[in-house]
Amino acid sequence: MTAQVVASGINDSFVVIIVASAVLYGTPLLFAALGELLAERSGVLNLGVEGMMLVGAVMGFWAVQRLDAAGGVSLAGALVVAAVAGAAMALIHAFLVVTLRANQIVSGLALTIFAGAAGLSSYLGNDLNLSGSPADHAFSGLDVASLGDVPVLGPILFDQSALVYLSWALVVGIGLYLARTRPGLNLRAVGESPASADAMGIGVTAYRYAHTLAGGALAGIGGACFSLQITPQWVGGLTGGAGWIAVALVIFAFWRPDLCLVGAYLFGAFSALPSTLQARGWLGGIPSEVFSSLPYVMTVVVLVAVSSGAAKRRLGAPAALGIPYVREER
Amino acid sequence: MRFERRLDQPRWLIFAVPIGSIAVAFVLMAIVLVLTGHAPGPTFRRLLDSAFFANGALTATFVSSTPILFTGLAAAAAFRMQLYNIGGEGQFYLGAVAAVGLALYLGDRGLDSTPVYIVAMALVGAVAGAAWAAIPALLRAFAHTNEIITSLMLNYVAGLLLTYLIIDSHSYWRDLESFEGQTFPLGKTIPEQANWPSASLDAFGGVLLPLGFGVGIALAAVMWIVYSRTRFGFEIQVIGDSPRSARFAGMRLRRKILAVMCISGAIAGLGGASYEGDFAFQIDPTGLQTSFYGYTGIVVAALARYNPLAVVPVAFLLGGLLSAGYTLQGADFPSGLVGVMQGLILFCALAGEVLVRYRLRIGRRAPRGVEAQAETAS
Repeated sequence: MTAQVVASGINDSFVVIIVASAVLYGTPLLFAALGELLAERSGVLNLGVEGMMLVGAVMGFWAVQRLDAAGGVSLAGALVVAAVAGAAMALIHAFLVVTLRANQIVSGLALTIFAGAAGLSSYLGNDLNLSGSPADHAFSGLDVASLGDVPVLGPILFDQSALVYLSWALVVGIGLYLARTRPGLNLRAVGESPASADAMGIGVTAYRYAHTLAGGALAGIGGACFSLQITPQWVGGLTGGAGWIAVALVIFAFWRPDLCLVGAYLFGAFSALPSTLQARGWLGGIPSEVFSSLPYVMTVVVLVAVSSGAAKRRLGAPAALGIPYVREER
Repeated sequence: MRFERRLDQPRWLIFAVPIGSIAVAFVLMAIVLVLTGHAPGPTFRRLLDSAFFANGALTATFVSSTPILFTGLAAAAAFRMQLYNIGGEGQFYLGAVAAVGLALYLGDRGLDSTPVYIVAMALVGAVAGAAWAAIPALLRAFAHTNEIITSLMLNYVAGLLLTYLIIDSHSYWRDLESFEGQTFPLGKTIPEQANWPSASLDAFGGVLLPLGFGVGIALAAVMWIVYSRTRFGFEIQVIGDSPRSARFAGMRLRRKILAVMCISGAIAGLGGASYEGDFAFQIDPTGLQTSFYGYTGIVVAALARYNPLAVVPVAFLLGGLLSAGYTLQGADFPSGLVGVMQGLILFCALAGEVLVRYRLRIGRRAPRGVEAQAETAS
């Protein structure tokens, strides 16, 4: 009995709340960054993450409102819809840059403009009349094995939502896939040297399409984290630049899934800081905008720190990133 | 289906591709409309009507075209060197904030001369935009930091600055005196002498051409001369096409990055100043942040294939689309449709670019031997 009282005291402390919300806010970043990592490992730079996330968010939310099923089934269905929507957006990019060899940077920007805050996501949100009402079902803490009240570790590790556990499984899965499987090896070959991969009989085009689409699907799920857990409702442009932070995360993570997790939670903490401080009245006269700008400013700072040192060693970046592969011109 | 690289690019394709892109984009748009249960025919007719033909439509189109003319030129200036400044949005905000701040200050000092206001606002707007662009420029030049992400992140910071100035503080930019200003957060209006004039085109039924649009056309002409007729422009082209050759030729990469990024930021900032002097007259944080002028500029520049002269008509066309979007916004014409349309046009332009570079051959030509075998077999 007394143990529980002590625990709830610690579990309400600032540090535990910040770490637990860092996981909450970091999860969409983690999904999107893992997706972008897969695409980039195949040599396709997709700057449309923000747009794919928003379309995933709006379609996932639509699915939850429409599916007339029990909470869990409906949420699982919504994730599938969000993933398909994100992958559909990625398909446009893949067609333009892989088949038509268009400029990857401009195509990705076009995708963000097409799908983003002023585009398709906002159109769908308005046309399907989604704004203004909360989600019928939302992801919430699962309280695994009733360990949610354990001091410190409870709220951080055991009282997270299914999305968080799914993202952890993905980090492990993608890590193993890249390092320990034949398709993972092939993928890395396609990203490093498509000409050699082609000579080995690996389908460069197929790998690039498949991983760009997988990236879009994960970005869609990342977007659904906002509309089905964090907010949880549909608001136009609710990702607020998370897609771009995810693109930057892949760079800080040196294209490694385990480091994506660390980076995502670091940035999750920056995103959680303003509301947590405000709730406690700890802003101390500093304008809340200063805290709200932290994730963006820190993205720039960390990017500078990583790029100045790593530029010389070129750590991790797939050698063929951003370069279309044309068999006749290799 | 196969692609063959063209050895020379026929001239007619350079015009046919943008026009074809817009046509194909309209077809795709019709599909989107049908899929979401709207009739494309009437929607397009209303779109064109309220963009160009209805009473007062052209005046409204110029209001939307002017900001994206500037942000389009800003994007074209940088993208030509493969320097992806997508911070036009934030540089535009900063230009607007600086220009309004100075106009308010000069108003408080009792300045009365409109030309002085115009020059001062334009200069300070350009400087503010250039300063905001200098951050990603310096990071790119000296720390090799990807300018795409840094310039974009600064857009969000600039947006928060707007919110802070008008909503969350009692700053110099906020109206605290008028009745409306005391009821809800509002920007202070600049003095009337600081409003930029507009020319009434009587030949076109009194369409109002804002000063900013004229400035933008002049700027486009100057940019075209600089980019196609000077050593500076030539070096930018070489650096854009092949940074390695540029380095071997002894071109100073760092200096060019700084110069081009700051020029791009200055143009976007000047756009912000023109936006305030021509149309807005006060800082409106929500209005600025939901207009996406900076991002639209990227669409304009890409569709114009980064040619400053082509930016002018493209900005006019897309401005019509934006303005029709505002006018028609409602249940039949949900917001977001304009962004979808812009994205589609840009996708088609990118795909069209392929036709300029490659010849498309449909049908696989089988090797001779295989054909002969097939004939004997049948």
